[in-house]
Amino acid sequence: MKKLAFGLLIVAAISACKSNSDKKYLPIYGSKQAVTKTVDGKNVTDTIYQTIPNFKFVNQYGDTVTKKNLDGDIYIADFFFTTCPSICPIMARNMLKVYNTFKNTGDFKIISHTIDPKHDSVPVLKKYADKLGVTGSTWWFLQGKKEDTYSLAENNYLVLVKKDNSAAGGYIHAGYFVLVDKQKRVRGAYNGTDPKEVDQLIEDIKTLQTEPDEMIAQ
Amino acid sequence: MKYKVAGLISLLAVLISIVSCESEADLDFKRYYSAGSEVYQTHCQNCHGAKGDGLSALIPPLTDSLYLKNNQSNLACYLRSGLTGTITIHGKTFDDKMPAADLAPMEMAQVLTYINNSFGNKLGVITIDRVNADLKSCK
Ligand code: HEC
Repeated sequence: MKKLAFGLLIVAAISACKSNSDKKYLPIYGSKQAVTKTVDGKNVTDTIYQTIPNFKFVNQYGDTVTKKNLDGDIYIADFFFTTCPSICPIMARNMLKVYNTFKNTGDFKIISHTIDPKHDSVPVLKKYADKLGVTGSTWWFLQGKKEDTYSLAENNYLVLVKKDNSAAGGYIHAGYFVLVDKQKRVRGAYNGTDPKEVDQLIEDIKTLQTEPDEMIAQ
Repeated sequence: MKYKVAGLISLLAVLISIVSCESEADLDFKRYYSAGSEVYQTHCQNCHGAKGDGLSALIPPLTDSLYLKNNQSNLACYLRSGLTGTITIHGKTFDDKMPAADLAPMEMAQVLTYINNSFGNKLGVITIDRVNADLKSCK
């Protein structure tokens, strides 16, 4: 009996150890800056990470969407247009899988930016969302000034993609799904046309959802 | 006895020729089908999906055998000129646009043979001759 209890203890210790080392922490992308501030008379050094700047777009319901509307959410950003015949249907098929996995968790959103705002008006986006089977406010299709969308894409969301691949231009057409945490920091980019990478994205969202609050401190 | 043997042999010969004839057609089908699978992957799969299941209400599935059967001689024209307007597939309407596919008639025959016999469809071969004839009468 004693032996059994001892055995159990060892198993427990091993498994505890294992689950600890298995714990994943997703990298934080973008520039960082160390700042020293005084808290309770002591100097504390903090790292400030690059975050997504404010933006203003309109969604498929005609409602204005700014950065504030994503407060408290983990979200994915991507870029598409409704008449794109090549990779967009593949991206939509893969994004639907992510949508269906998380649409009932309260802290998750998808924002798909059209890069063809001239054609993709609010009614066009609404029709597209309806046909895809997207309802409610988990997945927004956003429309705005083309320059704003491009600048946000290239200077913020797709920074890490740019670094990984030095060829100029075209990232916005490359079909990436960019994962952003509740602090609006980029935590990953996944090839939206590759089902394996999209499965990884789903796992990484689950990891982000369990990220404890102290990591969130800025 | 002699006659019996001769009869048996000739029967055998007839049988063999039937079997080899069949396998000739079979071989043809296999050639079309496997080449068609490649064409499908490069030109159609992004929209219609690996299992021919389409994409929600945006892109129709290729699993409606009845629709395909009723439109056999139009399919090559759909590929050459694209397809627009409202169509009904499995009782659901679709009204988006399929762009024209840049395919040679042989590739059309191959890919059409492929979808004719995949995703639960069993509609036989569409030969290059058939495609050429169908293309002449496109509207
Ligand atoms: C850009 C996306 C796209 C691509 C690529 C595409 N299709 Fe289509 N296809 C569509 C859409 C959308 C329709 C429905 C058109 C309509 O509603 O009038 C359609 C309709 C069809 C239909 C008739 C309806 C049905 O479901 O049976 C067939 C057959 C078909 N496509 C075969 C093909 C083949 C073969 C290829 C590859 C050579 C191909 N398509 C490539 C989007 C696409």
